[in-house]
Amino acid sequence: MLRFVVFRLLQSLVALAILSVVVFILARATGDPLHMILPMNASEEDYANARQYLGLDRPYVEQYLSFVGRAVIGDFGNSIRARRPVIELLQARLPYSLKLAAFAMVVSLALAFPLGVMAAVHKGTGVDRAAQIVAILGQSLPTFWVSIVLVEFVAGRLQWLPAGGADSLASYVLPGFTLGWFVVAGMMRLLRSGMLEVLDSEYVKLARLKGVAEHRVVWVHALKNALIPVVTFAGIYFAILVTTAIVVETVFAWPGLGRLAYDGITSRDFPVIQAVVLTTAAIVAAVNLGVDCLYALIDPRIRYGR
Amino acid sequence: MSSVIDVRDLRTHIVTRWGTIKAVDGVSFALGEAETLGLVGESGSGKSMTCLSLVRLVPRPAARIVGGEVRLDGEDLLAKSDAEMQQIRGRKVAMILQDPMSSLNPVFSIGMQMREPLAMYHRLRGAAVTARAAELLAAVRIPSPETRLRAFPHQLSGGMRQRVVGAMAIAGPPRLLIADEPTTSLDLTIQAQYLGLLKELQQRHRFAMIFVTHNLGIVARTCDRVAVMYAGRIVEIGPVRRIFTEPAHPYTRALLESIPRFGARRERLTAIAGQPPDLASLGAGCAFAPRCPAAFERCATAPSETAIAPGHATRCWLHARA
Ligand SMILES: Nc1ncnc2c1ncn2[C@@H]1O[C@H](COP(=O)(O)OP(=O)(O)O)[C@@H](O)[C@H]1O
Ligand code: SF4
Ligand SMILES: [Mg+2]
Repeated sequence: MLRFVVFRLLQSLVALAILSVVVFILARATGDPLHMILPMNASEEDYANARQYLGLDRPYVEQYLSFVGRAVIGDFGNSIRARRPVIELLQARLPYSLKLAAFAMVVSLALAFPLGVMAAVHKGTGVDRAAQIVAILGQSLPTFWVSIVLVEFVAGRLQWLPAGGADSLASYVLPGFTLGWFVVAGMMRLLRSGMLEVLDSEYVKLARLKGVAEHRVVWVHALKNALIPVVTFAGIYFAILVTTAIVVETVFAWPGLGRLAYDGITSRDFPVIQAVVLTTAAIVAAVNLGVDCLYALIDPRIRYGR
Repeated sequence: MSSVIDVRDLRTHIVTRWGTIKAVDGVSFALGEAETLGLVGESGSGKSMTCLSLVRLVPRPAARIVGGEVRLDGEDLLAKSDAEMQQIRGRKVAMILQDPMSSLNPVFSIGMQMREPLAMYHRLRGAAVTARAAELLAAVRIPSPETRLRAFPHQLSGGMRQRVVGAMAIAGPPRLLIADEPTTSLDLTIQAQYLGLLKELQQRHRFAMIFVTHNLGIVARTCDRVAVMYAGRIVEIGPVRRIFTEPAHPYTRALLESIPRFGARRERLTAIAGQPPDLASLGAGCAFAPRCPAAFERCATAPSETAIAPGHATRCWLHARA
């Protein structure tokens, strides 16, 4: 188990290193940020001075190494636009994104689990059909559309919930729901098909033959097996959730990393872009590592190697 | 001797796209303590469905037990509530399934799966339940049982896993043990060991046993009586010796003839001329008629059961009285 964790950890680090190169190159490929910072009438000399001041005149390799060296200790340089250390922006935004993601994840799981399991247990009944509808809607309605409709109706016309900001628990509801929407549908389908397969297995039959109560057969014997495919996809779903967050945070004016990324990109503030992408990637990698450990915990065949 | 299990006119139907199948169509038999019934017949003849009907675990919602009685020590299991039935499963009537590779849950330890029935049946907890689980594993001759309790199914061989299932089955200990082709997927030496083990456990706990198999050699060695199933019915039932020496039903005879004479290598039922019956489109007559070399006019109606000797009965017009 320890070897497995160490191995996966090293893999994640390699992936992050590669990503840092990509980020470094892409951030410089989006155009010259100085156009956005300097006034319209800036002279050639102003440009040269600014370039030197920001270290943009040094060789790329040098820029990259100093970027990575400092990124490791949390120093992402200064935001070109805000003229503040990027780390301060991250520190302000990250907690909001994490809280929103956690909220969305909890909501998704709380909906997906009972729905997926009950759909399988009561296959072909009303519960199952309702679950199918949720799945189809969840995977076919684009997030931006759902967000806009929710803002328009629930927040706008009906005025039930705040349309933006992160001031109260109520303000989590719309963005959290929008963000979790896609995940609910996917997880629910995975659980349903996993449960259907497992409920038909010989070991579930044997559990019933042993006299195990039906609720225990379903929620213990069967579910732990049906979790394996769900956990396999959990990392991917988390990554999707992170990407979706950019749209959701923008629409709902949520002061998180997604918003920061959006603002960073539109103003070519590449220290911010680099920092956001790397932080997000590190989080996704950490979540995936956690997911892999969970996977090994659930499935002894992984834990002990085949 | 009073019966441990007394099955009367058991009927289980399955609704399929092609119509209703009478998978179990009026099955009756009785078994006493420490007695073993061999249940034989081609695949699809309703052996497994009969076994599952006894514990009321037929595949729902397609299959349904539509009639009959299943008396365990005199009490009709078909009249029990679901909750009562759950108390009987495993504890009073245990079952061993065909494929040891898939009948243990891959994500739980052997220990968890062994402790579970003990906690349910005997309210054992803590160290007592672990000690008892290890005892049961030792009883099915699993070496170093304490260590095995910590193992997971994929770490054990097929023979070993089937022993674990056997150990769970005797946790009650049960009054009736149903073994549905328990050795079919084990190799020959392991098969023989396992059968020996089951017989030994039966001597110790005196449970009645229903042994489903394709293998007539196994029947000859392990069973007291034999029931031959064809198309959902028992077409012949009797003491092992009589079935092997004086088979009455043409189907039983065909089965016996299909055993290769030479050595005991392949004792499986080999092909009998003609197609196995399609249960969805059975006519009114004897189901074996299309393949029966002795078929005659009367066979266009279904024969009822006729006793031909004490404990020996068959469903065939050749043996019907007047
Ligand atoms: N889940 C099921 N759905 C529909 N038909 C089934 C199902 N299980 C068994 N059957 C049918 O019931 C009949 C008896 O099957 P079974 O009891 O499994 O036979 P055996 O154990 O003797 O091989 C067969 O015709 C089979 O096709
Ligand atoms: S009843 Fe007729 S068809 Fe059926 S087994 Fe007997 S002789 Fe053959
Ligand atoms: Mg079978």
